Amino acid sequence: MITRNGNLLEVRDLRTYFHTEDGTVKAVDGVTFNLRPGETLGIVGESGSGKSVTNLSIVRLIQSPPGQIVSGEVVFDGRDILRLPEAEVRRIRGRRIAMIFQDPMTSLNPFMKISRQLMEMTRLHLGYSKAQAYAHAVKMLETVGIPDAPRRVDGFPHEFSGGMRQRVMIAMALSCQPELLIADEPSSALDVTIQAQILELIKTLKQETGTSVILVTHDLGVVAGMTDDLIVMYAGKIFEQAPTRELFAVPGNPYTKGLLRSVPDPTSARGPLYQISGLPPDVAHLPPGCPFAPRCDRAEEICSKEFPPLVEVNQDHHSLCHFAKEVYAQSVARSSPSIGMRDKPELIPHPSAGKK
Amino acid sequence: MLRFIIRRLIITIPTILVVITITWGLIRLAPGNFYTSEKALPAAIERNIRDKYGLDRPWYEQYLKTMGQILRFDFGTSLKYEGQSVNEIIARSLPVSATVGILAYLLALIVGITVGSIAAIKQNSKWDYASMTLAMLGISIPNFVLGPILVLFFSMTLYWLPPSRWDGFPSKSVILPVITLSALYMAYIARLTRAGMLEVLRSDYIRTARSKGLSETQVVIRHALRGGLLPVVSYTGPALAFLLTGTVVVERLFVLPGLGNYFIQASLNRDEPLILGIVAFISITLLTMNLLVDIAYGYLDPRIRH
Repeated sequence: MITRNGNLLEVRDLRTYFHTEDGTVKAVDGVTFNLRPGETLGIVGESGSGKSVTNLSIVRLIQSPPGQIVSGEVVFDGRDILRLPEAEVRRIRGRRIAMIFQDPMTSLNPFMKISRQLMEMTRLHLGYSKAQAYAHAVKMLETVGIPDAPRRVDGFPHEFSGGMRQRVMIAMALSCQPELLIADEPSSALDVTIQAQILELIKTLKQETGTSVILVTHDLGVVAGMTDDLIVMYAGKIFEQAPTRELFAVPGNPYTKGLLRSVPDPTSARGPLYQISGLPPDVAHLPPGCPFAPRCDRAEEICSKEFPPLVEVNQDHHSLCHFAKEVYAQSVARSSPSIGMRDKPELIPHPSAGKK
Repeated sequence: MLRFIIRRLIITIPTILVVITITWGLIRLAPGNFYTSEKALPAAIERNIRDKYGLDRPWYEQYLKTMGQILRFDFGTSLKYEGQSVNEIIARSLPVSATVGILAYLLALIVGITVGSIAAIKQNSKWDYASMTLAMLGISIPNFVLGPILVLFFSMTLYWLPPSRWDGFPSKSVILPVITLSALYMAYIARLTRAGMLEVLRSDYIRTARSKGLSETQVVIRHALRGGLLPVVSYTGPALAFLLTGTVVVERLFVLPGLGNYFIQASLNRDEPLILGIVAFISITLLTMNLLVDIAYGYLDPRIRH
C-alpha cells in the first residue's frame, strides 16, 4: 500500500457546511488529522460537534444539498477521495473503508434477509458467486459471535436483538476486510452490558485483522481503553488532539478538562457530579471568538473577541485555546509524573479527585 | 396467515349484509316506485303489480325474502330489462368495466411510481416541481371536466380518437376513457410514491446501503423501493376494486356499456334487484381487494407477517 508519511489516512483542513434557511451551518470547520495503519483514533464530542459529519465526509456520504464539502483533502492510500470520480469512491466504500452506525435497530434494511445484506458486500466488491457469498456470510456471522449462524443467516433484522444486530452490522462491515473501519457511536444505542461486548468485539477483530479504526463517541469511558490517539471536537472544530494517555493525564484545553471532570468516578467522587454549564452553541450563528467561551471557566475578555490559535503544547499534543500552555502546565503540575506514564489511563485519578 | 385470512373472510359476510341492508332501506325510503311514471296507473293494475312483486306483504317479509335470495347469489331478474337476470347483466357489463379499469390501473401504477420515484430522487429539482404540479392538477381536476377537455382536443379538434362508443379491446375507443379514469389515481400514486420514497431515502438503512459502495440506482431499486412503496400498496387495493367495478362518471361520459352505466340506469329506473345485485358485487370485490392488500402487505413487510 502506498502511504504518505506512513499514514493510511490524512485529513487536511476539511470543511463541510450545510446550507439551511437558518444560515450556513459549519458542521465541520477545518479538521485535520492523520491515521497510521493499524491505529485506532477516537473522536469525542457532544451531539452536534461534527464528529459524524467528519466521518461521512471522509467517504463522501454527505447529502447534497443541503450539505457541501467546501474544502479540504482526504488522502487515503495516496489519493484524495474528495477529488476522485464517484465510481472510484464507490469502489472504496465498503471495500476499503467500511462503516458501522449508531442505531443497529434502523441501520439494517428491515425488508431484506440478513444473508442478502451480507452477500451484497462480497458479491459487489469481491465478485463472489452466490454460493461463495452465502458461505462467507455464515462465516462472518460466526466470526462476530452470532450463535447458530447457519440458521440465523436467513432471518430478518427484526428477529435479532439490538446487540445481535450490531454484530451483524460489524460482520457486514468487515466482510471485505477493509483497511479502515469507521465506527460511529457503535455502542451508544445499546445496553451497558452489550456495549462492553460490542467494544470488546471490535477490539478483538481489529487485533486479528490489523484494520485501522476511527471510533466516534460521546462517551469518554469508551475511548479510554480502546484508542491510541484522541480528538476532542466542539462546534465543528478540533479543540484538542493528543495520544489518548496524554490527553487523559494532562489535558491542555478547558473543554477537555470539563469533559473529564464530568465523568463519574465511583472510587473517590462524592457530592454532585461536575457539569459543564450552558448548552452547545448554535453552529449556524457562532460568535466571533472562541465558541466555547460562554461556557468556559477560564474565559477572559480576549476569548469572546478573538478566535483562539491551535497551540502545540507538547509533541503530538495540540490544543485550541488562548491559554493552552497555561492550562497544560496546570494539568502537568497536578498529575505526578509517575501517573502520567502509567499504562491504564482509566485508572488515573480524576483531576477533581479529593477536592469535592 | 391462514387463520388471519379465515378470520377476515368471516368478518366480510356481515359487512356485505349491512351494506345491502342499507341500500335496500334507501331504495325503500325514497318516494315513488319502479312502476311510477308521469301518468298515474289505474288502481286495478297497480294492485296487480304490487301483488305480483309482493309489495303488499309486510316490509320485513319482503326484506327477508330479498336477503335470502342474495345469500344464494340469486339476485333475480331486472324489473326494467325484461327477461334478463341480474347475473346476466353483470356478466355482460363487467368485462367492459374491468378492461377499462385494469388498463387504467396499470397506467396509473407504471406512470405514478416512475414519476413519483424520480421526483423523490431529484427532490426540489425542476423535474420534481413540474411533476408534482401536474399531480396536483390531476388530483384537483374532476374527471367529468378532464374527460370533455380530452374529447374536445383529441376528438373534436384533432379527429384522432372517437369521442364515445365501445369497440372492445384493443381499439382506439379505449384510450380516452382509460386516460380520463386513471388521471386521478396516477396523480395520487405519484404523490404517495414520492412521499414514501423521500422518507425511506432519508432512513438509516439507506445510508448503510450507500456506505456499502452500491450505486445510487442499486440503492434505490434494491433497498429503497420496497419500503417506499408500502404506502402505495395500501392505496392500490381499494383503487383497483373501484376501477374494476366501473366508474359511473367515466362510463356515462364515454357511453360505455359497463357496470357503472347500468348502475345509474338501474337507480334512475328504481330497478331494485339490479341495484342490489351491483352493490353486492361491488362490495364483495372491494372487501376482497382489501384482504388481498393486507396479505400482500404481510408479504412485503416481514415485520408484520405474524
